[in-house]
Amino acid sequence: MKFGVISFPGSCDDVDARQACARVGEAVALWHADHDLAGVDVVVIPGGFSYGDYLRAGAIARFAPIMTEVIEFAREGGYVMGICNGFQVCCEAGLLPGALLTNIERRFVCRQVTLELVNASTPFTAALAPGARLSIPVKHTTGRYYAPPAMLAALHDAGQVVLRYAPGQNPNGSLDDIAGVINERGNVFGLMPHPEHAVDALTGSSDGLALFSSLVAAGAPA
Amino acid sequence: MGAVKARVLVRPKAGILDPQGAAVARALPALGFEGVSEVRVGRLIELEVADPARLPEMCERLLANPLIEDYEVLVERDGG
Repeated sequence: MKFGVISFPGSCDDVDARQACARVGEAVALWHADHDLAGVDVVVIPGGFSYGDYLRAGAIARFAPIMTEVIEFAREGGYVMGICNGFQVCCEAGLLPGALLTNIERRFVCRQVTLELVNASTPFTAALAPGARLSIPVKHTTGRYYAPPAMLAALHDAGQVVLRYAPGQNPNGSLDDIAGVINERGNVFGLMPHPEHAVDALTGSSDGLALFSSLVAAGAPA
Repeated sequence: MGAVKARVLVRPKAGILDPQGAAVARALPALGFEGVSEVRVGRLIELEVADPARLPEMCERLLANPLIEDYEVLVERDGG
């Protein structure tokens, strides 16, 4: 399976994301100013501060040249994973419901958190058991997940809340401890924690790897 | 036709917790300014536009995120 990781000006986790993908498949770099997805099966929008997070996190990146192709790719059912800043970009682009607001404490948080898997029947989580607990770091200032009440209820009902922070672990004030959501169709997944930083026991945890290897097991969408 | 000066005010929507506003509301009494409440911190965008009729569309698509923010467009009157 071929993964493509986009680099925007200001991306800082693109190299780690490529290395994580390379552990389970082929990984190539994609450039924000290109209109070419290089025939990848999965697009990863990595963490960082694309375009300096000017205006709102992800607001400018959402109009980068390559995003035209990413939006079309997602519309055709292609897999897209947005991590941290990539999650913000996906929300701004309308690929995912909701928005990310400034952390409730207004501070940058960087810590290992425990996540609970809510939905194990997505292509991104199929390698995990329902209710699995994952130890994965977060590092962000704008990670408080928000959706208006009706949208939030619909997300829960449809199983679109994929990951949540374990009780007492919510680092940012996200509604209902939400850490990751998927779109209605089930091919675009966004999360604030960084699975690409948790792929080797050497750095504390390899729990993040399953979110990449699940896709390999799921195979390219038909 | 020349450009028209405009201002766009962007605010967090009612009901959305605004920690920045809350921090300011806590800081003012510490300086002796009592009786301050309901502080909300938003954003002011000043711009010059050829066609001010397109400002709402600009707000919807980029200047604000309508899911979490309200916006208000103020166009400067001629000679104003």
